[in-house]
Amino acid sequence: MWGQALGKIAQTLVVLFVVSVASFGLLKLAPGDPIQIMLGSEYSQEAYESLTAELGLDQPFLAQYADWAVRFVQGDWGTSYVARTDIFTYAFKEALPVTLTLASFSLAFAILIGVPLGVLSAVKKDTAFDAGAAVLALTGTAFPSFLLGILLIWFFAVKMQLFPVMGYVSPWQDFWGGIYHMILPGLTLSTYFIAMITRLTRATLIEVMEQPYIAAARARGEPSWRVIWVHGVRNIAMPLVTILGLQLGVLLQGTVLTETVFNLPGIGQMLTSAVLGREYMVVQAGVMMTATLFIGVNLLVDLSYPFLDPRLRARK
Amino acid sequence: MKDMASNPILSLRDLSVHRGTAKILDRVNLSLAEGETLALVGESGAGKSTIATALMRLLDGAKVEGSAEMEGAGDLLALSERQMVKLRGRRLSMIFQDAGSALNPSYTVGRQLITVLRRNLGLSKAEARTRAVELFTSVGINDPEGRMSAYPHQLSGGMQQRVMVAIALACNPDLLLADEPTSALDVTIQAQIVRLILAQTKSRGASCIFVLHDLALASQSCDRIVVLYAGQVVESGPARDILEYHRHPYTKQLKSCVLEIGTKEVTAPEGTVPPHSEMPVGCRFATRCPRALPRCAGEAPPLQPARAGADGPLDHQFACWNPE
Repeated sequence: MWGQALGKIAQTLVVLFVVSVASFGLLKLAPGDPIQIMLGSEYSQEAYESLTAELGLDQPFLAQYADWAVRFVQGDWGTSYVARTDIFTYAFKEALPVTLTLASFSLAFAILIGVPLGVLSAVKKDTAFDAGAAVLALTGTAFPSFLLGILLIWFFAVKMQLFPVMGYVSPWQDFWGGIYHMILPGLTLSTYFIAMITRLTRATLIEVMEQPYIAAARARGEPSWRVIWVHGVRNIAMPLVTILGLQLGVLLQGTVLTETVFNLPGIGQMLTSAVLGREYMVVQAGVMMTATLFIGVNLLVDLSYPFLDPRLRARK
Repeated sequence: MKDMASNPILSLRDLSVHRGTAKILDRVNLSLAEGETLALVGESGAGKSTIATALMRLLDGAKVEGSAEMEGAGDLLALSERQMVKLRGRRLSMIFQDAGSALNPSYTVGRQLITVLRRNLGLSKAEARTRAVELFTSVGINDPEGRMSAYPHQLSGGMQQRVMVAIALACNPDLLLADEPTSALDVTIQAQIVRLILAQTKSRGASCIFVLHDLALASQSCDRIVVLYAGQVVESGPARDILEYHRHPYTKQLKSCVLEIGTKEVTAPEGTVPPHSEMPVGCRFATRCPRALPRCAGEAPPLQPARAGADGPLDHQFACWNPE
């Protein structure tokens, strides 16, 4: 089991390396000269060359990459050309926690609403409830999240005045305030995932409930709630966790729109302004953080399999 | 010795099961005395397993008619799901065909047995554990302590079925339904498991309905045999009479194909059971029967007593117009 885990970790590191080279290289190829942007419209040739040398942009590609990679790992992510702030502080310490909070809330909503809804749909298969949940799920998948976000703001924040219109409060500093500010954006981002998890839970649970061990559990006198939750749902954990890990990429993409609609200072917002301002070091930082997050979570998913399904544990 | 005059523990009256337009079980009557072992024999699709599953009320999506009076419990087919939950595992238990898929892969076998003991008998954690180890020992699991923490996939097929037997008998049920408990096992282990189930049920005074393919195995191990064909009882009676003085041509075919010992699957009699949409109005076996008369195709034979002479057994019955 440990050998397998080490193999997966090594694999992850290789993927991270490829992603970092790609993100470093692609941004090098992108049009637009950062030196020009930094220096403004009027500058001398000497100033241009000295800044190029200062930033190491006259070095060969691999040297630039190695230099960048070493400093990146050390937390030296450079300075934003435009804002002249430390990118590590800006991206890692300020933007990342916002996005992580938003993503966690959405994931929590997706699981807390999607799994019970899917279980009920599976148990009440082919009833009006099941059909209703299917319609809701389809709507949830098809509805654009930014529109939903605006509708939620209009109804719950402006008309009912139940929730704040926008803004971010860290749940680490003010727990209830943080939750209060995260409910609308969390819901907005999670609609797609609630829908997806509902459908996935329903489909996989229907399959599991036809397994002989479910009939056997009933034959032993287990009441139906235990048959469903203890014997059924336990056995859909693996496909559920797998899909959640893979869909995290979609979730991180979704944060861009949601953060814009709710004015949350997260990675999505940071990336939007960085791309528009051609601040490629900030873009790199954003890409690396989201890529690492995605790859890291999928590594955790892989490593969790033996805990979720005993059949995957190596025999002693 | 068992007292045949005692009240039956179970009596089925006109049990029919419909699935869609197909009548997969047609007015089955049978009764089971206390401590008696009854074998249901027939080919796949004869409705043997349907009877067992219908009695457990685990037959989803099918229409069940008739009654199944269980002593002290009432009509199993009319009880509420709540009442069935109380009965299942405690008074009425079932062993499944393939223990490998009937045990939950996510929990250790010890935990699955302990759960039954704790939930059904209200034992404490420690009591249940001690009792579970005793049960594992009694069904012949070596290293019972160690096996408690094994997952189903870590056990052999025979061991898995022993675990199932332990779980099914954990609460000393009055009636055990064994649905082809050996069909997924090697021939050498089949006999062991059948003997184990019989010994365990006999020692507890429980009654048992054994669903089997194999007429020879049934006659060796059970008190009475009911032969089913296409959802109907075609012959029933004491095991010896069915094996030696059978009257129905189908029973004869089953017996003759059983003689090929050593094959895992019993070779079926020639031909196949007609599909439900093409079921003959008369005797359902008529299409395959070597002794079929013109009458057989149009008129269904009723079950009749088979008393051969004055000393013939009272409860040997068959349904045939042209018996052996």
